[in-house]
Amino acid sequence: MSAAVTLPLSPAEARRVLYQLTLARVFEERVLKLVSDGSIRGTTHPYVGQEAVAVGACLALRPDDLVISTHRGHGHLLAKGGDPKRLMAELFGKATGYGGGKGGTQHMADFAIGHLGSNGITGGGIPIGTGAALSAQMRGSGQVVAVFFGDGATNQGTFHESLNLAALWRLPAVYVCENNLYAMSTPHHEACAIEHIADRAAAYGMPGVRADGMDVLAVAAAMRPAVERARAGRGPTLIECKTYRFLGHSKSDQRVYRSREEEATWRDRDPIARLRAAVLEQALVSSAELDAIARDAVAVVDEAVTFAQSSPFPELQDVTAGVFSDDPCAS
Amino acid sequence: MRELTYWQAVQEALREEMVRDPRVFLMGEDIGVYGGAFGATRGLLAEFGAERVRCTPISEATIVGAGIGAAVTGMRPVVEIMFMDFVTLAMDQIANHAAKFRYMYGPQARVPLVIRTPAGGGRSYGATHSQSLEAWFLHVPGIKVIAPATPADAKGLLKSAIRDDNPVLCVEHKLLYATTGPVPDGDVTEPLGQAAIRREGTDVTLVTYSYYVGVALQAAEALARDGIEAEVVDLRTLVPLDTETVLDSVRKTGRLVCIEEGTRTGGVGAEIAARVAEEAYEYLDAPIRRVATPDIPIPFSPVLEDAALPKVDGIIRTVTELLQR
Repeated sequence: MSAAVTLPLSPAEARRVLYQLTLARVFEERVLKLVSDGSIRGTTHPYVGQEAVAVGACLALRPDDLVISTHRGHGHLLAKGGDPKRLMAELFGKATGYGGGKGGTQHMADFAIGHLGSNGITGGGIPIGTGAALSAQMRGSGQVVAVFFGDGATNQGTFHESLNLAALWRLPAVYVCENNLYAMSTPHHEACAIEHIADRAAAYGMPGVRADGMDVLAVAAAMRPAVERARAGRGPTLIECKTYRFLGHSKSDQRVYRSREEEATWRDRDPIARLRAAVLEQALVSSAELDAIARDAVAVVDEAVTFAQSSPFPELQDVTAGVFSDDPCAS
Repeated sequence: MRELTYWQAVQEALREEMVRDPRVFLMGEDIGVYGGAFGATRGLLAEFGAERVRCTPISEATIVGAGIGAAVTGMRPVVEIMFMDFVTLAMDQIANHAAKFRYMYGPQARVPLVIRTPAGGGRSYGATHSQSLEAWFLHVPGIKVIAPATPADAKGLLKSAIRDDNPVLCVEHKLLYATTGPVPDGDVTEPLGQAAIRREGTDVTLVTYSYYVGVALQAAEALARDGIEAEVVDLRTLVPLDTETVLDSVRKTGRLVCIEEGTRTGGVGAEIAARVAEEAYEYLDAPIRRVATPDIPIPFSPVLEDAALPKVDGIIRTVTELLQR
């Protein structure tokens, strides 16, 4: 296992980053249990293994910067500072969830923290994030938008249209591709004739950067100049984070399309284990503190589950409310 | 009252709203120097500059998607899709995102986005430049649809649409742009969701919208010469649909003909007919009839296109048959 980290961290930063990574991991593993035991209905797309991308990207953002997320979005919401309780409650379909139970795992947003929404359409968020960047530019807000999407989305028209437009108008966007090597079951090399998605940036006149998506600090290091460039009005960047989802595409995926050996190779590069090893090696954080971080994350997730379980379901009469914003009895 | 063309009325609505609210901006293909494919944005680039009159590449999905992103973050974009046929390219953004955000994300999500688009045939533009696809949007909860028939409504309804916190699709018929009509001076808006009686009558209700209001009025005048008094209801807004005005009219006349340019199956007329059948069946003296384009793509040849699209004489024939029952 490589313990190399690419940036120095203060002990406090190291604890914070490790906490965020661990929270995303513990949250997602708990969600899977709750899906298995029937507490959570529907499907879920676990983020386990990819945590370094969301956490690393958000490290480079200001609190008022914006992100737009994907179907695999729980980690993005948590990394941007979302409330684990409201997130868990939404997964339970409860009234206290982000969308009052009307959105579910793939459809939740928290505009107050700059999270513009996860969504269930591959590539669907890319133009919307681009428009948010246009808005930031027109309002002179100084905000930057991190637009998250997977490798599969880069074969959709919206990716190409949006990158072209953003480069043309020098929009303050950073396009963060989480290349986890598979679009559901389709390997990247069967869907795209070039190896590196970052190389596509050349076609739009923007920098294309490859980052180790299993190293939170490498992701942050790639993001920082891109965010700076965007904020300075010099336009967007495409960052390809090479990463891996340790689990299936969604809850029912038996992963017949890839080998257990390949999975083991990537698990050896677990972003949390890597960072833990590195901070221990540099004596930034003690192993007792690391244990405390893990316990804190578990406690927060426990609390979120309790909150979700004890929250009420939405009122049935609200099923038809809230389609339009001027609906007076909208949830 | 002064007379304006329909395109001038659209342009005046855009101009007034851009002056009134700095958050309003325009985005679309060839809307700048060119003035839009049908001239509705003529002169606005010179007046407001390229920051607020933004010519885009040919990227319909991203034009609409960027409109959504700008709308949810505090702007009020008005985007133009050059031909209504091209909303197909943006359908995911419209149906899965713009229309659903409010319901899925809750009250924090407001999408004050207007999508303007020219619809309809009559110009031999062929099957991919002549469609009237508005009925699709009646089946997507979360987006309002306006279809103004007159210059005054083009201005008043569009101004309301721009001020609305929901996504609104504004369907403008190509054949209307050059038509003229009185438009009140100043900041006059028309409320969304209110139909208008364009002609009073006692024998049959003709329900329609957009370009076909004029066609229906022509048919009504011809019918009047034979002593048949048709009431013409202009829906003006398809979502929300003013069912009450339609029902009141049908309760008075006892007969209903729904007229539209879109194809017949699953059309706007089918929805009107169903609502009337549900709510006012006992008032009907004859079956409900629909006048629409048959279920075909719009053909190119002028004679075939003419044969495909609903006409005054088809409406007259339908009404006459209905009154003989």
